[in-house]
Amino acid sequence: MAQSVFAPWDDPEQKPLIQFVNVTKRFGDFTAIDDLTLDIYEKEFFALLGPSGCGKTTMMRMLAGFENPTKGHILLNGKVIDTVPPNKRAVNMMFQSYALFPHLSVWDNIAFGLRRESKDKDAIAARVEEMLRLTRLTKFAKRKPHQISGGQRQRVALARSLAKAPKLLLLDEPLGALDRKLREETQFELMDIQEKTGTTFVIVTHDQEEAMTVASRVAVMDEGRIVQVATPQVIYEAPNSVYVADFIGDVNLIRGTASARPAAPAAETPIAKPAPNAPPPEPETTAAEPATDTQPEPRPQPNALGEWLHDTLLTPILGQRDPGPRALPAPTDEERAAHAETAETPASHAEDIPAGGLQIVWADDKPPLIAANGDEALAGKKVVLALRPEKVGISKTRPDAANAMQGKVIDIAYLGNISTYHVELPGGAMIKAQTANTRRISRRDITWEDDVWLSFTATAGVVLEDVS
Amino acid sequence: MRRAVLIGIPYLWLVALFLVPFLIVLKISLSDIALARPPYMPQLDLSEGLSGLFAFLAELDFENFVFLTQDSLYWKAYLSSLQIAFTATFITLLVGYPIAYGMARAAQEWRPTLLMLVILPFWTSFLIRVYSWMGILSNEGVLNQLLSWLGVIDAPLQILNTNTAVYIGIVYTYLPFMILPIYSALEKMDESLLEAAEDLGCSRLSAFWLVTLPLSKSGVIAGCFLVFIPTLGEFVIPSLLGGSQTLMIGKILWEEFFSNRDWPVASAVAVILLLILIIPIILFQRNEQKQREAEG
Ligand SMILES: Nc1ncnc2c1ncn2[C@@H]1O[C@H](COP(=O)(O)OP(=O)(O)O)[C@@H](O)[C@H]1O
Ligand SMILES: [Mg+2]
Repeated sequence: MAQSVFAPWDDPEQKPLIQFVNVTKRFGDFTAIDDLTLDIYEKEFFALLGPSGCGKTTMMRMLAGFENPTKGHILLNGKVIDTVPPNKRAVNMMFQSYALFPHLSVWDNIAFGLRRESKDKDAIAARVEEMLRLTRLTKFAKRKPHQISGGQRQRVALARSLAKAPKLLLLDEPLGALDRKLREETQFELMDIQEKTGTTFVIVTHDQEEAMTVASRVAVMDEGRIVQVATPQVIYEAPNSVYVADFIGDVNLIRGTASARPAAPAAETPIAKPAPNAPPPEPETTAAEPATDTQPEPRPQPNALGEWLHDTLLTPILGQRDPGPRALPAPTDEERAAHAETAETPASHAEDIPAGGLQIVWADDKPPLIAANGDEALAGKKVVLALRPEKVGISKTRPDAANAMQGKVIDIAYLGNISTYHVELPGGAMIKAQTANTRRISRRDITWEDDVWLSFTATAGVVLEDVS
Repeated sequence: MRRAVLIGIPYLWLVALFLVPFLIVLKISLSDIALARPPYMPQLDLSEGLSGLFAFLAELDFENFVFLTQDSLYWKAYLSSLQIAFTATFITLLVGYPIAYGMARAAQEWRPTLLMLVILPFWTSFLIRVYSWMGILSNEGVLNQLLSWLGVIDAPLQILNTNTAVYIGIVYTYLPFMILPIYSALEKMDESLLEAAEDLGCSRLSAFWLVTLPLSKSGVIAGCFLVFIPTLGEFVIPSLLGGSQTLMIGKILWEEFFSNRDWPVASAVAVILLLILIIPIILFQRNEQKQREAEG
């Protein structure tokens, strides 16, 4: 795929098209953008993603020239543009409300910007026709904005902002007003147009799916700050904070306290032994390894530390926390026996648990979870294990996985291509597990109220510091 | 049935408040002056039945309208009224537009107060306000005293009883009718349109010409009609503030009615005035309708 080749941000030779250098924007005493530094490269499709009010529009307006930074500088092609007025910038914006001129026809709307800079009627007409073709609006050229549909209006706005062939096109929630199907279509259209014209796009959205679909890189924002900038894959597979993990897609957050795992062979890992009368190793289907997994350098740590931490740190904290997982009662023998009766055997490999990383104590009476990819710097800290539902396997019998938890199926969302199981752990916490419905009748035997085992590999989750 | 009643009500009003009085005036304009009470002939006497009606109709004629064409006073007064109404409307637009623009641009929390201030003069009698203008504009009035105190003038300016005073009075009186529709058009305008225009290469000024002005057009048109139509027949302002040379048809009408007691000629003057006004009224209605369609 072309996208994997296109990575100017990794190339130190590349000069960014846009640079935010320590930009702060205040409205009165409210700080909308807080000391933000960011580079955007030519031909990028850059997405600003964040909840409403986090400052996305403000960033766009500063790029377009409608707001000036209170502190810091914005550079376009290496030149400071802080004081360049909007009509003198090679930047065009597609407004959230489209801002089409209601008194002008579609044709005149698109020609509006061209007429400001050139008197050549033929050249203008040619360019407008080209834009009309690009956005498939030729039939509607004579209509007024109120005589066309929402989707068409959105395309007029796009054509109008592209007509002047700007270096940078800003799109502020361009698809917000469209229904789902049209939005998906338009996303691909946008990507197509972006590729055809070679324009750098900065798109604002609060829809994470949209950002993931269209963008070469995504910046996740929170309260005027950028929390993480990375490709959609990295943002999804290796979020750098609970905020990002929670904001992007579905995620299970398991809170606990981390301690370092020994780098020694995996044999003596603290995973609980299989239940006495469990059938032979029950492999596990779904856990695909994240693409970005990194094996941390094994660093030996005394096992005693983990235990010491457990006793001194975790116990006082447990009292204050109400999320259930930590208060799970141990499964009774009857429960285990019940599981042993089921005979499902999902096909997969038995896992070799890599050494090193972290183990996370999440409930007093449960074996700690293993995160072989955990950063050992987090040892001793309160952490959150962020786990995507599609990386959690579900089975009726105890699987032979690095991490396994027992729970009861509360809800099943059948979405056709996938099913999501909402499994309640005995303490009340909900974990979502997702399976692809590859076989027509696969897993139909798991149903509501069933006691099940959830499992995931030692590298399925991401260990993040718990800052809440 | 309900629907018919609902639609019928406005027409009923129209008939009762406009058509019937108009027919009465039209009938008087076709009568002859008489030293009687009421001061015109013939009177409709239905006691003689149908023949009475025919006798009555036979006596009506267009004499008074012919008379209006013969005396140059009348058509000069019509022309002068039109000219004054045009000029005054234009001045009102020049004064009113910036005020409306400023109001629409003012901070949200100020707008109700500003609207209040525009409407506030209506809380005082129109006559009192015109009289106070006499106090301001007269030779010994506030304005002249202020100017001579400032040393700008030696002798008092003659403003009262001139056309200037009439213009001042009209602009002052009808300003709210200009401001309100323009304000309402400007206030509805999406601010991001101006940003879009600037984004596409307009300066602030050209954005105003290319976007703001066209989008406030319907408000401007409405405001102009709302000023022009009543100004054309205006009678109080030219009577009180104007001089003997101020020629306005409303003043003539009043004089015919009350000084000359020539109701038939006065009615003829009124009928012609109404016919002249029908054109701008229809145009006004059309503008409103177009506006509604554009919004709907
Ligand atoms: N002109 C302004 N005056 C005061 N506060 C503003 C102004 N513009 C934006 N803000 C504030 O800045 C914050 C960020 O706004 P915005 O950039 O529009 O957020 P987003 O587009 O991410 O939803 C919001 O809390 C908003 O209230
Ligand atoms: Mg916004």
